[in-house]
This record gives sequence, C-alpha cells and structure tokens, in this order.
Amino acid sequence: MSDSAKTTEPLLRVENLVKWFPITQGIVFQRHVGDVKAVDGVSFELYPGETLGLVGESGCGKSTVARTLLRLEQYTGGAAYYKGQDIFQLDPGEMRKLRRNIQIIFQDPYASLNPRMTVGDIVMEPWEIHSDVVLKSQRRERAKQLLDRVGLNPDYLNRYPHQFSGGQRQRIGVARALALNPEIIICDEPVSALDVSVQAQVINLLDELQDEFNLSYIFIAHDLSVVRHISDRVGVMYLGKIIEMGNDRDIYEHAVHPYTQALLSAVPLPDPTKRDKRDRILLEGDLPSPSDPPSGCNFRTRCWKAEDRCAEEEPDLIDRFDHGHPSACFFAEPRTAVL
Amino acid sequence: MSSEPGTQAPQPADTGDVSAGAATGGGELREAGLWKDAWRQLRRNPLFLASSFTIAVFGLMAAFPRLFLWFYPGNSSPRSCSLSNSVGRPSATAWFGFDLQGCDYYTQVVYGAKVSMIVGIATVIVAGSIAVVFGSLAGYYGGNIDTLISRITDIWFGIPLILGAIVFLNAIGERGLFQVTLVLVAFSWMTMLRLMRSATIEKRDADFVDAARALGASTSRIIIKHILPNAIAPVIVYGTIFVGIVISVEATLSFLGVGLQLPAITWGLMINSSFRRILQVPHLLIFPGVFLSIVVLAFIVMGDALRDALDPRLR
Repeated sequence: MSDSAKTTEPLLRVENLVKWFPITQGIVFQRHVGDVKAVDGVSFELYPGETLGLVGESGCGKSTVARTLLRLEQYTGGAAYYKGQDIFQLDPGEMRKLRRNIQIIFQDPYASLNPRMTVGDIVMEPWEIHSDVVLKSQRRERAKQLLDRVGLNPDYLNRYPHQFSGGQRQRIGVARALALNPEIIICDEPVSALDVSVQAQVINLLDELQDEFNLSYIFIAHDLSVVRHISDRVGVMYLGKIIEMGNDRDIYEHAVHPYTQALLSAVPLPDPTKRDKRDRILLEGDLPSPSDPPSGCNFRTRCWKAEDRCAEEEPDLIDRFDHGHPSACFFAEPRTAVL
Repeated sequence: MSSEPGTQAPQPADTGDVSAGAATGGGELREAGLWKDAWRQLRRNPLFLASSFTIAVFGLMAAFPRLFLWFYPGNSSPRSCSLSNSVGRPSATAWFGFDLQGCDYYTQVVYGAKVSMIVGIATVIVAGSIAVVFGSLAGYYGGNIDTLISRITDIWFGIPLILGAIVFLNAIGERGLFQVTLVLVAFSWMTMLRLMRSATIEKRDADFVDAARALGASTSRIIIKHILPNAIAPVIVYGTIFVGIVISVEATLSFLGVGLQLPAITWGLMINSSFRRILQVPHLLIFPGVFLSIVVLAFIVMGDALRDALDPRLR
C-alpha cells in the first residue's frame, strides 16, 4: 500500500517534532536545571489509508509523539501539518474542529474509560461535544450501531465499564474513537495491556475498520510482531529519534541499523529449530538518560559498531541504499536476520 | 507473537455475555463500581444503618417538631411557660421536667434540634461547595492559580475554627442562624478544599480525562463530567463527619454566649443556662447534652462508615 500511497499527498506530515519536559528544582523559585528530551527531532509522513508503526523500547518517546500530536502535551519545537495546516499553530476553535479528524485509542482500557459514565454516555460524548455530527434524536441508535460494529452487544449501552473485560473495554475505546468518523486514529499501544488471545481480536478489528472507514493509523507498540502484522511502514525509535524507517520488508528482513537488528534478534521465534540457528545480539548497558543523551549518535554507547566518528557527529536519517529505506547510522548494512 | 493464528484459547472474556466478561475483568472491578459497591457494603453495615436512622430521626425533629409532640401528654408549646413549674423534676406528664422559666423541657429539647441540624448541614453544604469549586480549580489548573488558592488556604488554616468564630461573632451584635452559619462557613472550608484539590490532581491526568481532551471537550465539561464525579468521595466523607463537628462547635459557641442568642431555642443555650445548677437539677444539663452527643456521634459514625466503604484500600 505504501508504494502506491506515496504518489498522493500525505495526510499528516510531521517535521522535526521536539518535545522536551523541563526538569526544575526548588519549591518557590523553580530553577530550570535541564530537560528530558523525550522526543528530539522526529519527522515522518502518514498517507491516506496507511498504517505507520512506531516501535521502540519503553521510554523512547513513542507515546509522547502521540500525545504531542494531539496537543495533550505542549510541543517544544517542530511542526505537524495536517492537510497543510500546522496543528500546533491552530487556535482553540480550529483545534476543536481538527480533533474530529484525529482520534486516539489508549493503552490501558481500565484507565481510559470514565468509571462513572455508562457505555452509552462514553460513546455518545463525542457527539455532545461536536453536536452537529449526529442529531440528538439519532444518537442512541447510532451508538448502538457503533457498538455492534466493534463487536459488542448493542444492548450494553446502559452498562458501566467495570462490567466488561479488558478486550471489551478496548472495543468501547475503539467505538469512542470512531464516533466522529476521523481520518487518523493514533493507537497508543492499544493491545499491550490485553491478554494475548484477545490482542489478535482487537488487532483484526482495527484492520477491518481501517478498510471500512478508510482510516489511517499511527500504531505505537513495543511488540515488533504486532506492529508487523498491521503496519505498512514502520519507524523504529530510540531515545526520542527515529533511527530507521521503511516498509514491512525493509525493516523485518533487511534491517540496516544495528539497533533494529538487535531488536529483531530478540523477537521470540515459534520454531525451535530456527531459534537455535539464529545468533542473538545482546545489547549491553541500559537506555541512556534522555535528559543527558550521548553526543553524536544516541545509540553509540550500546553499539558494537561504534567508532570515534559516532561520538562526534550525529548520523542523519537518510536513505543510504537508494531503496526508500532511510536509516540513521554511518555503518548501516544489511544483516541476514532469521525471522 | 500475539497475532499467531494458532492460539485458539477459549475467549469468553470477549464474546460471552457481560457477566462472564466481568468475571474475568480483573482486579479493577471494585474501584470502578465505587458507589455501587459502597452502597452494597453500607446496606449491611449496622453502624451505618443505626447512624442514618438516628440522623433521619433528628432531621424529622428539626423539620417537623410537632411529629414528636402530638402524643406528648405535657405542654407541647415551647413558648408557654409557667414560672410555678420552675426546675420541676421529670415526671409522667413532663418527661424531661421543667427549666428555670418553667418551660416544658422535652418540648424545648425537641425544638432545639432545628438550630443544630440547620447550622450543621448548611455550614457543610456552603463550605463544601466553596471547597469543591476552588479545590478543583486549583488542582486542575495548577501553577499560579493553585499557588494563590493554596497559600490563601494555608493562611486561613492558621486560624482555629472556634477562636475565629468567637472573635468574629463577638463583633456582631445580632447573631441569628444566618450570622452563625456564615462565620462557621468562613472558618471551615479549608480542609475540604485541600481534599478536593489533591483528589483532582490525582484524576486530572487520567487517561479518560485525556480522552475527553482529545475529543475537544471544554474545560468545564472535563471538570464537571469527568473529574468531579471521580474525585468528590473524600470530600463527602469528611463533610459528613464535619457536620457533627460543626454541630458541637455551634453548641460550644452558644454555650460561650457568642452563638445564637435568647430567645432562640438551642441545645447550647440550654446547657449554658443549666450548668451552674448541675448538682441541684442535673436533668437540665443531661437531656440537651445527651441529644447533642447522639447527633454528633451519628454524623461521625456515618462518615466513618462512608469512608470505609468508599476507600477500596480498606476492603
């Protein structure tokens, strides 16, 4: 899909997005002593009907990208163009209108539904906020249709979230996100909190809905296999930066960045004979502190290929092999990964 | 490998009916159904039942004192007194005896409930409303608004309730129900504000609040529909206990002579006019004192029961 999609205009173009969280000291007179560089120059494009996966370990800034794009966090720098409009420069009225087009599904289905509201109230709330989308008299009927579409019994409208299981709750979250007919849904680890057996159902539901409603997804996860299943293109993040980006095959079969290769080598293999043949890359050390990232290449402190140059200059995310598969490593090269 | 088609685990959690789903829903169930679970627990709690019954009885006594007098064999009018009955002992026709003015004491005590209940409940409702509004604003917005509200609260906190009330009520010549309530409100909103503020801070970053923000909900909608219902429980608990405390403070102020003034009928004033004769006519002190203690105790016990029921960690 991504190859054909690239001929069209991107729906969302993120340019050099930066989000730093200030670290302050002192109680009365707060002194600014540093920043947690949660997102530090992220650029990507999202095309209509496409799913862009963002993967990376905990703390690499994936969720902050999502929250900043929705302006749940104030951006520090950069721009994000939705159909040419910079999201960060919109006034509150325009932003409210734009929110119809970009919605979010949260990770924790237990925390993302208000326990004091019925399922009906939760699913119909978007229409109360944007009252011209669905007429008041039709809301209940539409809510029932929505519940039915996400695989829940429409009669559950009057029940409370705690009466449902995690998977069912996540379906309610999906219904809420769909209510305004958005073009983009940001899925912030939508299945990480669910049982493995339920994960597949929710992923398949998202997949079906994408075709039906012509949705574009930004799909954030730390599970590479989940992302592979649903994504057209994948961006790998490390310490606030995208270090490699490409389509499914580029990343999973021809990864060139050492970090991506290390991540892939850690994916569990179902076939034990293959497992024995594969050589795992074991990364040393911990994720460096995002408030004091290493000079040059962020990854050099844990990289087996690192040389002096890596500490001095920062590698750009550029297409190093002319395959439309950018990577941010001076020593990027394919490695035969068994997967 | 979550998307492996091979995993054919039974999935009642996601396709079965709700009761089956809820059974596998995990440990979050209790907190989610806070009020319902609390009610289920309270219904079976004898302390809660006894205290709410007591409060209901005194509420009726305050609203309709005649309900407690129509069957009374003695004089059921609080204002018709005869000095010839002065300090008469309790008897079959005058259950609680007579006070110094020769007024029927049972009738007086029944009519005295009104002031206590009104002052107690009105003070807590008004002070609680102030606390909820400003506490949630401080907690939600943080920053300068929070600093301003919290510092004012801290300063106000330095003035003890009784001391502040004595000083201010002393300055007011005419002290009726309204003035006493107003002064009590002025010195009793601080703790509830702090409770509301911290509960709001706890909820303001919850995912469901972010979800509402992502939908474009206005700030007032977020606070009223999403944060308030999830953050108000501690204030309700404290407020219930505080009704008892305010009632006892009102009685204390009346006793000290800075609360309501004669000819108002209040338990505090009754205790005031009888404590000098405690050895000669102890019943004049005992009856209003016992009624006062029962009401105060009932509110405190009810608040305790509410707290136990609403705090999931105590289950």
